[in-house]
Amino acid sequence: MSKENAKVLLVKPENRLRDPVEDKVLYFVVNTILIIFSLIVLYPLIYILSSSFSSPIDVAAGRVVFLPVNPSVDGYRAVFSHRHIGIGYRNTIFYTVVGTAINIAMTLIAAYPLSRKDMPFRGFFMFLFTFTMFFGGGLVPTYILMTQIKFINTIWVMLIPGALSVYNMILVRTFIQSSIPGELLEASMIDGCSDTKYFFIMVLPLSKAVIAVVTLFYAVGHWNSYFTAMIYLNQLELYPLQIILRNILIANQVQLNEIVDAELLVRKQGMADLLKHSLIVVSTAPIMCVYPFIQKYFVKGVMLGSIKG
Amino acid sequence: MEQNVSTVSPVKKEKSVWFYAARRWQLYIFLIIPVIYILIFAYYPMFGVQIAFKDFVATEGIWGSKWVGLKHFQKFFSSYMLPRIVKNTLTISIYNIATAFPLAIIFALMINTVKNLKFKKTVQTITYIPYFISVVVLVGMIIQIFSPVTGLYGALYRTITGSSNYPQDILGKPSVFIHMFIWSGRWQGLGWSTIVYIAGLSAVDPELHEAAMIDGASRFSRIIHIDLPTIIPTASILLILDFGSIMNVGYEKVYLMQNSLNLSTSEVISTYIYKQMVLSGQNNYSYSAAVGLFNSLINCTLLVVVNTISSKLGEGNSLW
Repeated sequence: MSKENAKVLLVKPENRLRDPVEDKVLYFVVNTILIIFSLIVLYPLIYILSSSFSSPIDVAAGRVVFLPVNPSVDGYRAVFSHRHIGIGYRNTIFYTVVGTAINIAMTLIAAYPLSRKDMPFRGFFMFLFTFTMFFGGGLVPTYILMTQIKFINTIWVMLIPGALSVYNMILVRTFIQSSIPGELLEASMIDGCSDTKYFFIMVLPLSKAVIAVVTLFYAVGHWNSYFTAMIYLNQLELYPLQIILRNILIANQVQLNEIVDAELLVRKQGMADLLKHSLIVVSTAPIMCVYPFIQKYFVKGVMLGSIKG
Repeated sequence: MEQNVSTVSPVKKEKSVWFYAARRWQLYIFLIIPVIYILIFAYYPMFGVQIAFKDFVATEGIWGSKWVGLKHFQKFFSSYMLPRIVKNTLTISIYNIATAFPLAIIFALMINTVKNLKFKKTVQTITYIPYFISVVVLVGMIIQIFSPVTGLYGALYRTITGSSNYPQDILGKPSVFIHMFIWSGRWQGLGWSTIVYIAGLSAVDPELHEAAMIDGASRFSRIIHIDLPTIIPTASILLILDFGSIMNVGYEKVYLMQNSLNLSTSEVISTYIYKQMVLSGQNNYSYSAAVGLFNSLINCTLLVVVNTISSKLGEGNSLW
């Protein structure tokens, strides 16, 4: 919300400067473009949602354009009785919860010391971390490393190699540096507070806002990631949801025989396409449901990230 | 503030840095695990890059394999794939920056111009949504929507032309791939990319606008002379970062959007490396690593060059 708008509202209507015609045209054009873009963003989402609630035959014949045609929940029944999707969901929840917990712990224990300007060699350590943002070993040496430490086809490869995002760590460090006053540290030290105690009783409670932000960044990252799993995992039992999605949506391996619901199998015709639409909705729903509540944290995170230093 | 805390004597004696380091020992304990982590998962692979100059043999490991000099680089430079994948990578990247960067600024300026706060909030909320959709789902949606038979594309084609024929399958056309890739990216990311600029714009002093209004400046000229200059520093930093990853493109998405028909325009360096490594097995590890190193080096060079140019152009336009 811009300050300008807030101020304009305070002025009495009769004293307000009238918009000249030129400005009115501008506002009209701007509003129209924004409405059109919003509709362009919404339309595909509505289309997928409507398709997912249509009947298999109408989806297969491509009769859905805007609203559901012959509404049915067959697609959802198929999704919920597809064995692979259940496995994928279970694994993704596990990777997201445990992975994010590890991420947060790692991010905090790295960000706290690096936020302390009185720590000697701080610049050196900072460089050690930031350098990795711009240069890396690349895919092959990393793959060889994973083979050497026997991470291939284990749950560890989904949790450990991505345990710390340097970008998020710098975000937290910047927040601690800029929002917790130095006097607090000084006062605590005079009272005989150790560096560790200061972390637990001061830094942690005062950084709740930024911890919320990076938790969300990490969690969405885990939920949506597929590349790590594609490279390092090749067992169905370990696959996260995104790999299952890729097999079904993109590689088109729908494997209708994995649907346990016998009644649905009878109507195999058109089921594959309907299932894809419902699957898109089911896999994205958790994020979409919490999105309105967490939106402001994401915005805050991006803004924190734009602070230089 | 640091050392004063418990230094009693007013005469400051020069103490070695190790003395102060020892007093902060607990902080180093905190750093042990992250440092070990970064050494193993970021620096060890960097040393592993040497296999680009060796013939990697699994039983010998990275260190034991024989040095072969620039053999793999020569193989890559003489490969018929080189011009194609470098061209595809650069085309996609430049097309991407050329649309994403200016559109984000224009879109942010437009949102900032809206007077009705409710409308503004609604536009923001709606346009941020696609950002949270995973690449897999996004590409899945593209495939569903552009299916000539079952998709929206086919349905609209039949409704508009009134025929019962199916349109062409555009996802298999090499010339369409890049536009599909870029514009689905704008659909997904344009709203989100404005956040950073809108944050900058909210810091504009309203008195500047008032003064300009009294002088008779139109809203449009205030956008150009007040709003736009405010976000130029942020924009230049973001542009530098964009150039620093010019060779990376969104390879996860590229890989998913590839099919056997569009490879001539959709094969980029990153997907080529992945395929060489995974599909051709261990004999090709060294070759893939060489291509990867070539890619990283170009990225780093570009980052430094663009940053240097940018910092010459103005204060505060530099990453470091």
